[in-house]
Formats: sequence, structure tokens, C-alpha cells
Amino acid sequence: MSCSIHERAEVNTMTTATKRKRETTSARQRFWLALPGWTRSLISNKKSAAGLLILGFFFAIALLVPVIAPTAPQRMVGRPHDPPSEKFSFGTTRQGQDVYSQLVYGAGGSLRVGFITGTLVIIIAIAVGVTAGYVGGLVDEVLSLFTNVFLVIGGLPLILVVASLVEDPGPNTIIVVLSITSWSWGARVLRAQTLSLRNSEFVEAARVSGEPLWRIIAVEILPNMTSLVVSSWIGAVLYAILAEAALSFIGIGDPNAITWGTILYWAQNNQALLTGAWWTFIPPGVAISLVGLSLILINYGIDEITNPRLAKS
Amino acid sequence: MSSAIGKLGSEKNEDRRGFISKLLDGVYALFKSRFMRRRLVFYLIAAFAAISINFLIPRLMPGNPVQLLFAQAQGRIDPRAFEAIEEQLGFVDGPLIDQYLLYLRSIITLDFGPSIMGFPIPVSSVIATGLRWTLLLAGISSVMSFLIGTLLGVVAAWRRGGRIDTILLPIASVLGAFPYFFIAMLVVYLLGFQLDLFPTSHAFDTALSADWGSPEFLWSVAHHMFLPLATIVFTATGGWMLGMRNNMIGVLSQDYIVMAEAKGLSDRRVMLTYAARNAILPSLTAFAMSFGFVMAGLLLTEIVFSYPGMGYTLLRAVNSRDYPVIQGIYLIITATVLLANLIADMSYVLLDPRAR
Repeated sequence: MSCSIHERAEVNTMTTATKRKRETTSARQRFWLALPGWTRSLISNKKSAAGLLILGFFFAIALLVPVIAPTAPQRMVGRPHDPPSEKFSFGTTRQGQDVYSQLVYGAGGSLRVGFITGTLVIIIAIAVGVTAGYVGGLVDEVLSLFTNVFLVIGGLPLILVVASLVEDPGPNTIIVVLSITSWSWGARVLRAQTLSLRNSEFVEAARVSGEPLWRIIAVEILPNMTSLVVSSWIGAVLYAILAEAALSFIGIGDPNAITWGTILYWAQNNQALLTGAWWTFIPPGVAISLVGLSLILINYGIDEITNPRLAKS
Repeated sequence: MSSAIGKLGSEKNEDRRGFISKLLDGVYALFKSRFMRRRLVFYLIAAFAAISINFLIPRLMPGNPVQLLFAQAQGRIDPRAFEAIEEQLGFVDGPLIDQYLLYLRSIITLDFGPSIMGFPIPVSSVIATGLRWTLLLAGISSVMSFLIGTLLGVVAAWRRGGRIDTILLPIASVLGAFPYFFIAMLVVYLLGFQLDLFPTSHAFDTALSADWGSPEFLWSVAHHMFLPLATIVFTATGGWMLGMRNNMIGVLSQDYIVMAEAKGLSDRRVMLTYAARNAILPSLTAFAMSFGFVMAGLLLTEIVFSYPGMGYTLLRAVNSRDYPVIQGIYLIITATVLLANLIADMSYVLLDPRAR
């Protein structure tokens, strides 16, 4: 719905612009028109705009770490479990570290793991899902079996088995382990979509005209499921951020690395829940939840943009 | 008029008398259905894959994992434990196929070797102590969240735009973005610590003896279970509600629903036996597929509540780098997930004659 309105709006401004000459279009309008169509749709949808805003906020924090972090996250700067005060706006941990500094550093750690893992996951999912759906036959049978098997046997316990055999699993290990275990859901969804695109006329036409396989997939099929790929990617990022937090919370991973998950791990280990040190676990938990919320909002926005019937109800 | 009512009544009676025989028909159909046979083959392959992956992981890792475990334990552990573990993992002299067969034999006989943290207590008994509590929690919470969520979804779709639809739906939609264990932490902190309404650790009052016949003990178990259970049900219900609502909306636009309404059947009958019965089928599949996620969430919730289930065992195993226990838990959970899938498939066949 919103998409078509903007296309119409664009046509309108174009025609008026040609009528009244260029000077009348303001700088703001020109900037707006210079943006690619999907960006305009994402910004003009309320849900995805809110999501992008929240996510942008955390990205800004992650990028500005050296400027806005008062101290190094591991440094002991105050008394243990000091409640929030003027000096330490988020209080201190049991080890006397500044919770605010840890939160700021943690943003980078969590977002990095989330986005790199999500990207790797979607690459594997495209490779497996689209190949299975397009090639079909025995290849599809084998790849689908592989996907479905991973769907039921992957998950947290498998990740734990792999990660516990790695010496000092740092964030990069977690990225690799999460990527190779969590692609199956995306592959399944993309396979289904490829199957329905495979028999469409434009793909038939490309095949008949002798285009190579990689070109059909890259030029004909993938661009026609962009929204699905993007929403699967965002889903994978969300899953990775939550999984990283869960793994760190259990104690897999380097406890000295700073992510929101490790802050929660230390809070739990230092009995923060039963001593009332709420400032050590509520901020990182809320931060993870907000990032999760922002990703879900973006996905709802994409859903509404691609399926205008949803926006009405 | 009266004859028509009589006819309706007798139809209803026939319905009831036929229930047992219908069920038996269904069970018979289970054994004969091609669908079920295909699914069984799939689960066998999946189980085989899980077991084989578990065999391959230590061998694909760079370096010698047993040496690594030994280094990580830093002499805290009996060297004999490592010999036993090497043997159990199949790290013996000889070709890979012999190692694999040895490993298969020990898995099939549920012999996971000795644990590291409690050497020489075998892994199977370390896991068994927690397994009861986890299965209890998992069983009650999945059934409860499935029933509540499905029912809410049915009502939300039936009264679209009503109170349940407009208030609960957005909550249910965003709940999936929150880390389960953080919600659990909030619950422990607020209801357990601040308000002191519920215990914050253990599965029962340790002063009591574990006598399942005494009401006092049962009350203690229920009291300790309430918070973890409520947390899991709260977080898991949203997904079912959302799924069921969307399925229902799809089904409600079908012609046979209009037909049923036109026949003058009661709202409840149309809603439950016409719409919900058909809408629940995709939910069952989703239930099975998400069971792994539910189990993972459950393990984390147990850790937060210091509930002595498998999650707690897992936490201790991770902390002491007890690889045998971790892989034992992996195999048990995978088995549980496969079993849940099998049960979901069986109920699918029972509910949907087309799958026979």
C-alpha cells in the first residue's frame, strides 16, 4: 500500500517539477527522491522506522565507544555492587567495574556477533535452499533431508557440544559455530519460495534462452525474493544475538570478552538476583530486548510493505 | 420439529459411541499410513545423523580434544577418568570404522562413560537425576502453553478486533524477541527476591524427605515449580496463539464454515469442531519443530531458578568442562525432540484423515 502511494507521489512531484522547473523542489525532497525505493518504503512504514531508529541508536553507541565510555570495561573503579549514583550512573559490578562502560562496550560485542553470524547464516541458507529448490530431483531430496535433519538435531545442545571442545572459545568461534548450526530454518523458507518461482514464465524464458544456472539464480530468482531474504537475514541476526547471549550466560565463550551476555553471566554468578543488585542485570537484559524488538519491528515493517493486506488489519 | 430435534440428538449419540472405534481406526491407520512410515524413516536417519555428528565433532576439531580436556581440567581430575573417556569416545587404536562401531555400541547401550566432575559416577546417572525434573517441567509446560495458546488464538481469530486480539496479540508478537532467561531473571528478582512470594532455588524444600505420597511434599514441589513453569508458559504461549490465530483466519474464510453457519449450527460448534480442528494441523507441525527451542529455553530457565533439572546439570558440566556429560545431554535432548516430533506426527494422522 505505502509503496504504491510513494511511487505515485514520486510521479506527481516529477511532473510538477518539470512543470515548475527544478528550483522549486526543496533540498529535503531531492534527498528523499535520491534514496532507493526500498529505503523510502522502510522509512515511511511506522514499524520499520521505529525499529531502524532503535537499532541505529545501538549502532551509534557501538561506534562511539571510545568517545562515550568513561573507563575501560574491565577496570576496577569503585566499590563492589555500588548502586547507581552520580559518579556511576549505572552502578558498579561485584568486581567494582563500571556497569555503564560495560554496557557501551557490550553493544559492539553483541551486535558484531549478531550481524556477522546472521550474514554467514543467510549465505549458507541461500546456497542450500535456492539450489535445492531450483535444481530439484535427487539434489533437492538430499539437500532437503540434510536441512530437515539439521532442523531437528541442531540447536543449543549441539552448539554446546562443539563449543566445549574449542580451546578458549572467543566471539569468532561463537560466530563460526552458530553459523554452521543455524542455517536450516532459512534454507527451508528460501527453498519453498524458489520452488514457487521456478516455474514462473520469466524463469522459463531465461532457461529457454540458454542463460547459465548461476545467472538464472543470481539475476532472475534472488532479486524476486529480496524481501524474504532480508527478513530471513534479520531473523537470523536476532537468533544469533539471543543465542550468543544464551551461550555466554551458560559460561561457554570467553568470560573476559565483553558482550551483554557475559555481563548477565557475571550478574548471575555473583548472585545479583538474590542480593538485589538489579542494576547489573536489568540494563543489559533491556538492551538485548530492545535490539530484539527493533529487529522484529523491522521485519513486521517489511511484511507490511510486501503484503499490503497486513497493514490494513 | 420434534422429529428433527430427535434426529439431531441421535446423531450426537452416535458420535459419542463411535469415538472409541474411531480412535482404534486411527491407531490402525497409523500403522498402515505411508506418511507415518516416511516420517519414521526420517527420524531414524535424523537420530543416526545426530549420533554420527557427535562422533565426528571431536575428530574434526583441530588438535586432540582429549588432550585439550585434560589441559582444561588442570590436574583436578583423575587420569583414569581420561583413559575411560578416551575409550568411550572411541579414541582407541585401530581404524576409524572400528572406533565408530565401538562408539555406536556404547551409545545404543546408553553407556556414555564416566563423568569428569563426579568421576567415577557414570554420565547416565548424573543426567538421570536431573532428567526427571526437566521432563516434568517440559511435559507440563508444553501441554499448558499449547492448550492455552491455541485456545487464545482460536478466540482471537473468532472475535477479530476484540479484546484478546487487540491487547494480547501485540504482546505475543514481541515476546519472541526477548531472551527467555532475562524474563526468568526478572521474575526471580521481583517475585522471588523482592516480594519473597516464591522460593528461588531447588525443586522442593530440602528439609522434607522426597516422599511423593505426602501432601506436604507435593505442595512443596508445586510451590517450587510454579515460577519456572509460569515463566516458560508465559513466554511460549505467545507463539502458539499467533500461529493458531493466523491458521484460523485462513480457515474461517473457507466455504464450509459459511455452510456450517448457514445450517444454523451453534457458534461454539462451528468454532471448535469445524474451524479449530482444521486450523490446528499446521500448529501441530510447528509445535514439533519448535520443541528444540522450547527445550533450550527450558534449560536456561532452570539455570536461572537453580532448578535441579538437566539445565542445571548442564551448567555444572560446562563450568567443569565435563565433555562426556555435555554430549550425553545433547543426545538425550535430541532423542526427546525426535520423540516429540513423532508424537506430533501421530496426532496429525489421528486428526487428519487425509494423512492416512
